[in-house]
Amino acid sequence: MSDTPHSPQTNSKTESAFGRFLRATEIDPRLLGMLGALLLIWVGFHAYGALVLGEGSFLTPRNLWNLSVQTASIGIMATGMVLVIITRNIDLSVGSIVGVVGMYAGLLQVEWLPPVLGLGHPAIWILAVVFGIALGAVIGALQGTLIAYLAIPSFIVTLGGLMLWRGMAFLASSGRTISPVDSTFALLGGGPYGAIGATGSWIVCALAAAGVIWMMIRGRAARKLHGFALRPIWAEYFVGGLSCGVIIIATLVVNAYPWPKGILKDYYAKLGQEVPEGAFIAHGFAYPVLIMALVVLAMTVLMTRTRFGRYVFAIGGNPEAAALSGINTRAMTVKIFMLMGALAGVAAVIASARLNSATNALGDLDELMVIAAAVVGGTSLAGGVGTIYGAIIGALVLVSLQTGMVLIGFGDGSYRKIVIGLALVLAVYLDIIYRKRIK
Amino acid sequence: MSNPNTGTPLVELRDISIAFGGIKAVDHVSVDLYPGEVVGLLGHNGAGKSTLIKCLSGAYQKDAGQILINGHEVEIDDPRDARAHNIETIYQTLALADNLDAASNLFLGRELVNSFGFVDETRMEAETRKIMGRLNPNFQKFNVPVSALSGGQRQSVAIARAVYFNAKILIMDEPTAALGPHETQMVAELIQELKAQGLGIFLIEHDIHSVMKLCDRAVVMKNGQRVGCVNVGDVTDDDILGMIIMGKKPPQAY
Ligand SMILES: Nc1ncnc2c1ncn2[C@@H]1O[C@H](COP(=O)(O)OP(=O)(O)O)[C@@H](O)[C@H]1O
Ligand SMILES: [Mg+2]
Repeated sequence: MSDTPHSPQTNSKTESAFGRFLRATEIDPRLLGMLGALLLIWVGFHAYGALVLGEGSFLTPRNLWNLSVQTASIGIMATGMVLVIITRNIDLSVGSIVGVVGMYAGLLQVEWLPPVLGLGHPAIWILAVVFGIALGAVIGALQGTLIAYLAIPSFIVTLGGLMLWRGMAFLASSGRTISPVDSTFALLGGGPYGAIGATGSWIVCALAAAGVIWMMIRGRAARKLHGFALRPIWAEYFVGGLSCGVIIIATLVVNAYPWPKGILKDYYAKLGQEVPEGAFIAHGFAYPVLIMALVVLAMTVLMTRTRFGRYVFAIGGNPEAAALSGINTRAMTVKIFMLMGALAGVAAVIASARLNSATNALGDLDELMVIAAAVVGGTSLAGGVGTIYGAIIGALVLVSLQTGMVLIGFGDGSYRKIVIGLALVLAVYLDIIYRKRIK
Repeated sequence: MSNPNTGTPLVELRDISIAFGGIKAVDHVSVDLYPGEVVGLLGHNGAGKSTLIKCLSGAYQKDAGQILINGHEVEIDDPRDARAHNIETIYQTLALADNLDAASNLFLGRELVNSFGFVDETRMEAETRKIMGRLNPNFQKFNVPVSALSGGQRQSVAIARAVYFNAKILIMDEPTAALGPHETQMVAELIQELKAQGLGIFLIEHDIHSVMKLCDRAVVMKNGQRVGCVNVGDVTDDDILGMIIMGKKPPQAY
């Protein structure tokens, strides 16, 4: 290969129209592939339902809303697993961290704090959330320290953690289920009251769309300032339009899913009113989904705009070079595992809130779903490569497969496992083919 | 014959030793370097050249000995310490993160940030374009991971990284190993230019002609030990080859 001037138009003679399109819009073809696979799965389940069962129930506001809530805790952890895997490590303990954090946060809000503060005290849910995230971070930092400073392989440390934290969770409550959780805390798990409603959702939609447009304008201005090649203006409009379109469609979907009758009755009864004729109150975005969106935003900024993110990629690409560049790779490893632990803490909050209880099985086998989500989303186990949005799409793919199987009547766990197992291997195989072809 | 330089050396490595397991990779070696001087480090593969300079660049920690910069003893425990003393290194392995682009590698560990503390990618790319325009005007692959670059292009990224940050002390470990004749000539010109600017340069180089052309003095190592040092102007290339191959010290050596 010889040096070619940087310009989006080079090689245009030999390139297909689609190749030119990708180059102009700077869309990662793998992103398109993942989104295509996701759409295919969604349409497939819906079509199967429509054709075989007489009713397609996948592409309905109700199912998509549930899907978004079910994806939250896996998706949140998958964003952290991306960093762990990029730096050539693995964390097998996240499911058990969810278990132990859920249990202690449950004990804190159900058994320890109410006698002191009084049942339903507004500080309880905040303390439980802060405590849960902090406990996850401490556990992660501890594991990271063993990996970084004692040079024990992460596979071993976190395999030990997988068993140890699960055992601790059981001991903490002597095997009891702790429930119900604090009523405000429970909202963090979603449900009709754990969502922001139609107006709130439109506000979020407007903010998100404005954010996308603002970032695109700023990015273009910065490139212009330095005289770099710019994307053609039609490509800017296309990417901006597509992003805003997805945001608007998501908002329309969650706002099309109404509260069920029982909740409506309950709601109006509290207001001392009858349920009006044709009453329609939309769920809107659920809190856990908004939390996931915030986590994704923060993690994307962390990975693409901060030194920390650079160092994560550098360590994954060449640990020796990273160290020679003055990066403290050990401290980075501790921080990465600490972040993973904190995210497992967030996931524990959401999962226990959703169940309205802390059980011994909380987070069981989550580590496999989380690792699979990161890998299906394009994170390379060889290190150095991975994206946050990929992990979220990966989580959506896996959770879609899981819930879709239930929806079409293959709810039996064994079918789900077979399908998810196959999907994982297929996704990695496709990724390998793709990487070979671009070489 | 003796060291023609007078005054305080820019760098003085005194009696440096480092062993790996039982192998004495560097065994009581002393070398100095003056501003505006190029000192060649020569010797067979495994002589301990890279290991010696890694003690100065912070990649390794010496077992014994002293490092003096401008006459003051300093502790160099890691690469950050070395950078703080304006020591820049082009490693034999290049030490590039293959998955990152040229700008990310050039600024690795020293990223430019904007007023919010975020990495300023466009400014880093602009700076990279500037310095590459000076060092290797043909270089145009700014937006691909360096794994997609040729050996020579990768080498020029590593050189640019060492040159960009205004080093006072430059360590070049076989900088032309992957280069063709034209690029090698460009590096030679760069070395002369930097020398004229008053930098001190340690140059590890196998090609004896380059050594004769570029170096003021040459230190020869063998089996981790210092054979001797010569003023390049006072000896023939055969004298130096004799030192490298047989460990034979010519009368001019000290
Ligand atoms: N990290 C290390 N671990 C073990 N041995 C090493 C290490 N680095 C260098 N050595 C050994 O030190 C000796 C000198 O190596 P090196 O400095 O690379 O030689 P040169 O650069 O002169 O070719 C060799 O015997 C090499 O095997
Ligand atoms: Mg060497």
